[in-house]
Amino acid sequence: MKKLLAALLFFTSFDPAVAAGETLTVYTYESFVSEWGPGPKIKANFEKSCACTVEWVALADGVAMLNRLKIEGTATKADVVLGLDTNLTDEARALGLFAAHGIDASTTHVPGGWNDAEFLPYDYGHFAVVYDSEKMPNPPKSLDDLVNGDASQKIVLEDPRSSTPGLGFLLWMKAVYGDKAAEAWKKLKPRILTTTPGWSEAYGLFTKGEAPMVFSYVTSPAYHMEVEKTERYKAAAFAEGHYLQIEVAGAIAASPELPLAKTFLAFMMTPGFQDEIPATNWMWPAGETSTPLPAAFGKIVKPEKTLLFTPAEVNANRRQWIDEWLNAIGG
Amino acid sequence: MPSAARPAAIATRLAAAVVIAAALAGLVPLVTFAVQKGGRIGLDAYVWRILGFTLWQAGLSTVISIMLALPAALALAGTRFRGRAVLMSLLAVPQSLPAIVVVLLLVDLFGARGILAGTISLYGLAGIVMAHVYFNLPLALRLFVQVLEAVAPENRRLAAQLGFAPRALWRHVDWPALRPAVARIAALIFLLCAASFVVVLTLGGPAATTLEVAIYQSLRIDFDVARALSLSLLQVALCAVLVVASGNTAWIEATASRRRASVSEQRPVGKAAIATIIATAIVIGLPLLMLVVDGLPNISLTAGLFQALATSAAMALASTLLALAMATALARGGSFANSIGLLGLIVPPAVLATGWFVLLRRAEGGIALSASLVVALNALMALPFAMALLVPAFATMARQQDRLATHLNVMGWNKFRLIDLPILRKPLAQAGLLAFALSLGDLTAVTLLGSQGLVTLPSLLHLQMGNYRSGNAIGTALVLALLCVGLGSLANSRRLLR
Repeated sequence: MKKLLAALLFFTSFDPAVAAGETLTVYTYESFVSEWGPGPKIKANFEKSCACTVEWVALADGVAMLNRLKIEGTATKADVVLGLDTNLTDEARALGLFAAHGIDASTTHVPGGWNDAEFLPYDYGHFAVVYDSEKMPNPPKSLDDLVNGDASQKIVLEDPRSSTPGLGFLLWMKAVYGDKAAEAWKKLKPRILTTTPGWSEAYGLFTKGEAPMVFSYVTSPAYHMEVEKTERYKAAAFAEGHYLQIEVAGAIAASPELPLAKTFLAFMMTPGFQDEIPATNWMWPAGETSTPLPAAFGKIVKPEKTLLFTPAEVNANRRQWIDEWLNAIGG
Repeated sequence: MPSAARPAAIATRLAAAVVIAAALAGLVPLVTFAVQKGGRIGLDAYVWRILGFTLWQAGLSTVISIMLALPAALALAGTRFRGRAVLMSLLAVPQSLPAIVVVLLLVDLFGARGILAGTISLYGLAGIVMAHVYFNLPLALRLFVQVLEAVAPENRRLAAQLGFAPRALWRHVDWPALRPAVARIAALIFLLCAASFVVVLTLGGPAATTLEVAIYQSLRIDFDVARALSLSLLQVALCAVLVVASGNTAWIEATASRRRASVSEQRPVGKAAIATIIATAIVIGLPLLMLVVDGLPNISLTAGLFQALATSAAMALASTLLALAMATALARGGSFANSIGLLGLIVPPAVLATGWFVLLRRAEGGIALSASLVVALNALMALPFAMALLVPAFATMARQQDRLATHLNVMGWNKFRLIDLPILRKPLAQAGLLAFALSLGDLTAVTLLGSQGLVTLPSLLHLQMGNYRSGNAIGTALVLALLCVGLGSLANSRRLLR
């Protein structure tokens, strides 16, 4: 049934109303369209079916896209915005720029299901503490283990003010500890080697051997297995459950290319898009794939419980929770 | 006023107008935007708390950079030894390296698996200061060497005849020449360290928040333009105080650049000088050695790398030429024109970039417009540094050569070509190299103003880091360093400077 639906969605992209020679402008983040990212193949796959040209506009990250939309408003050049996550969708929705996608998203594989009129998920991944199994034979088994464990075994974290995983960890702490999050942060503090501005710096320090743990994704070990052929780096499964990141896309309502934009969103859920995701974006595909996932995806941690605040909860509390963290951690 | 001075005066005014217009083009749209959307004008307790740390770490980094650069400059100036040209070329490299690369190179040395593991704790103030010194010691050193080598040889000869001891030589000859340069470079280094972001956060963590982090957060994360502007204003005020304190007017009193005469002048090379030179070479060279060791096996020779190399070289060259043109025009002017040159450093580049974007958001310029804006912003950012090297040279020229030119009735382009250029060649080459290195390493302008298709070496490096390829990123950093050394050896080559 899922496959049939996916196939149907795929064929709707041969919409005769979509004339040749149109250009679809897609705002996305840089790594999506880099030479290792899924962008180049997805562009080629979509252009085969649409007689149009996909033009990527690459910005630093999801936050940069949201800021660009705030500046441009209805005059935005974007037809599709691809790469926001659910921590940003509430603010993005409030701009009033996005059109209802009109696509049945009930078949997506996103944990907890999907129900959003404007944004469609294209991939997802749980956050995780990734550890070096050569240096840590006994990794923490829960967030509480991490918070209360041996302070000489350090972790590199990301700053929630400037990084998506950083915000993810803050929300994870909040989801598990609630009102006691500040106390938990104080207990964790001696275990934090440093807090970097972004994921890249943290992961760079981790692979240089500065600390045996880093905050990253459950899918990170898949990269090391597939590309570097090593099982040295593993994700620790936490008993409380794992916080989830879902990456989404939406179409701009005021776009003259709205029909084409919606066709692209439909295409996004099909194998022409989804097949490229696992081995390039290192996330779980949210839609139907036609080829088997890389073998490493069969070996990585699959969290039994998912933690996730709603976009509205995040948007309403983010600033206050960051202040709480700053005070606890001594900023 | 002799008519010969007029084209130059017009050029100065034009350059000043361009810089002011560029700053306004960034600030006015943001102010308008902030007024429309509202926001926090928050100079709250948090800001004052981080201001303290900003000043403390920047001050410490500046003092240590200068204190280490002074003896090294005294040892290097006027001495000739095998490998000197190589050392001078290597001095340009640190400025071109993205901050995260320097952090990772320091980890190679002092980190858990480093060859000097356990000697210094990287995470905290020590690490922050060490990274800042690594960026700025070479900068100060190059400026000081140039100033010392420009000391009028008759002064030195006189000192030798009088049998001055080293201490007297320092007090009566070297220090008077260096003093204005020290004030000027200290101000520049302080501003660079105060605006440091990746180094401070990566090594310091949330307890080490600086003003720049707050500006970044308000602009990039919260998109609270009003707050970003008020924080920038605070930074501008801070800089203004600093520039006045460093004695802006003293800058133009700087000593002559009389290369021809000074080349033949040799200073005795003592054991202390040799030791200082070796120590400096180790401090600068060891991390670069790690860069070669780590980077060489990891260079990912893809089409993307060569494209980024070409893009970076072309854009850095363009902004170097633009910065030199503006610096040449502004350095001729008085202290007002000199201060204008600092705007690109005082107004946070991220604020300027965002303002320009707001202004041009409806423009259909594509990649050409993007590239031009990145080049322009990089030129503005490099301008204060290029001027630090050019202003002293111009001051001398104005004093000595202009009279000669008027006398010989040589003016305009001919005066510039026949009389000015031979004197200016060396400072221009050094200023150009500095501007090139700074533009080459830029990530701010290209991140905020660049678009798809505009991948420079630092943005490629950043992409590699973000895609589990930090090894390849170090390889890319090595390519960047080699490009810088290549231009450096050109700028330091004898043929160019003869």
